Amino acid sequence: MTDVVKAMRGFIADIGPNVALSLESCVHCGQCAEACQFYVQTGDPRYTPIHKVELFKQTYHREMGPFSFAYKFFGFAPALTAETLTNWQDLVYDSCNMCGRCSLICPMGIDIADLVEQTRHGMYEAGLAPADFLGAIAEKEHGTGSPFGLTSEKFRDLLHEIGTAHNVVMHVDEPAAEIVPTVSSIDVKTYPGSMAAIAKILNHIGLSWSFRTDGFDADNVSLTAGDRAGQSAITESIVKAAISCGAKILVMPECGHSFTEMRWEAANAYGKDLPFRVLQITELVAENIESGKIRVNKAPHAATYHDACQLSRRGGATEAPRIILHALGVDLHELEDAGDANWCCGGGGGVALIKRAQPLRDAAFAIKKKQIEATATPIVYTSCSGCRQTLDHGGKAASWTTTVGSLMELVADNLAS
Amino acid sequence: MTLLAFARGPAMQVATLVLIVGMFWRLSGILLLRRRVAHAAARNPFAVRLLGGAVTIVTRTIPRRTFWPRVGAGVALSYVFHIGLFIVLFGGAPHILVIYELFGVSWPDLPKGVVVVASGITLAALILLLVRRVTHPVLKMLSTPDDYISWVIVFLPVATGILLSGETIAGYGTLLALHILSIEALMIWLPFGKLMHVTLVFAGRFMLGHNFSRKGAAT
Repeated sequence: MTDVVKAMRGFIADIGPNVALSLESCVHCGQCAEACQFYVQTGDPRYTPIHKVELFKQTYHREMGPFSFAYKFFGFAPALTAETLTNWQDLVYDSCNMCGRCSLICPMGIDIADLVEQTRHGMYEAGLAPADFLGAIAEKEHGTGSPFGLTSEKFRDLLHEIGTAHNVVMHVDEPAAEIVPTVSSIDVKTYPGSMAAIAKILNHIGLSWSFRTDGFDADNVSLTAGDRAGQSAITESIVKAAISCGAKILVMPECGHSFTEMRWEAANAYGKDLPFRVLQITELVAENIESGKIRVNKAPHAATYHDACQLSRRGGATEAPRIILHALGVDLHELEDAGDANWCCGGGGGVALIKRAQPLRDAAFAIKKKQIEATATPIVYTSCSGCRQTLDHGGKAASWTTTVGSLMELVADNLAS
Repeated sequence: MTLLAFARGPAMQVATLVLIVGMFWRLSGILLLRRRVAHAAARNPFAVRLLGGAVTIVTRTIPRRTFWPRVGAGVALSYVFHIGLFIVLFGGAPHILVIYELFGVSWPDLPKGVVVVASGITLAALILLLVRRVTHPVLKMLSTPDDYISWVIVFLPVATGILLSGETIAGYGTLLALHILSIEALMIWLPFGKLMHVTLVFAGRFMLGHNFSRKGAAT
């Protein structure tokens, strides 16, 4: 049953000046709608990004805004009800990738994607995270540390299996390691080649490195579901594991939201600066290509690249994949709006894990499909397994001939001996 | 006491008080909330982040080119209104005189004809903005009483100003009193509704620009 009080507390628990300013500033210009794939593709005004956080906004105005007394007394902002919360569920989850394209257009400087993340905190507390599969997976992750309930023992076995299958030396639970890579559960389930590729690259760099079975799955579905406690628990276990072996660099896998969490939020959960750097794998590779520690053979072929929103627009790592592609001699045909104004694949923000959201996801994917096809290249690379999976599924449904490739697999296949 | 004396005297005092106290209350209610310290290592040093915030105040004035086909018309209409209002406010001789009396600074006024045309364009843009708001599905859904109250509150000074410049439907004193009263209504409403964007727009853009510069992301 929907818990209205918990939702209210969830909404207002973390409001500081940034969020309050955002909630106070909207002038109802509607520009954010025109940046959102779900509105652009459906024309349904309900999908206007700022409208998705309306309940959060109303709760703020009623409970803690500067004029909350007037909002309450005159009823300017209605109190939350189980019905309104339920009515907003699909807006907060199904139709938002938290891609932040709306934040890029807002003339008032409102970070709407951040507000959606905050809104999900309240919705999750109220028991309104979509049960299939987002909520269920987040719950499993919270309980076991892995979205699919992968135990440390099973993960250790899996790493050795992947090492054998891909002929790569896997370092696992070394007592000391300068670099600690993490994994995405999507790679574990679907794209183990990406994990093997990262291992090959780390072996090539030559510094000590090791997977840790006591903190490995960086996916953090809890973040997208809105489970703050789960989000922190996952983060803390990874931080603890990295510290225990004296890591200097924590490497995030080919995954978008995990980077957002570990790069920008983990230190807040830890309460102080992390004692190591957090780099997404493309950043690590780009850095090492530039310093000469990674040497790659040229692999000239035409390709395009899909930016994961959390890595580029929301994460500031837009250049790294381009440095890599350039070093490989790839003839890069950029997508329209490539880089910071890139369109989401449609699956981000946990939308890929909501079964009923498939029509919306497909509608969003149609933009990406059109853009990729316009480049007339046979392959699209990405460095996010979530994006890769969405592009794979969308392409399959559309009987695509375009291949979707992992950037790290491309690098690993072309390491100079 | 005449209506004009009331408008220039106690009404102005009350309006000024409400404007100042209201703005202070609202801004302090936002900015004095407990700030969460961002511990993650920033990609850019403090000075660059400050610059990022300052630059974003300017760059968010115009949407990125990729958005133009979808938002260009609405943005252009909004700018016609804002620029028209700016011309009338800071180019009209009577307004410059008031500013001089209040702050001791002055500048050459624009020809009355230019100000009259700018007033007309501003009024027409305001009406078109209202039509757009009540017909566009997104704007219609987003709009609250604040949007319509704010529209009326802005419309009245522009309309009474135009009437005043021609001394059309009443004597100068009466029209001037109505014009001043309409401005006072605006001053009283400003801290409570969306018109507060005259200050929040700078704070919001700066904060976003600062935060995204911290990440090394596009602002």
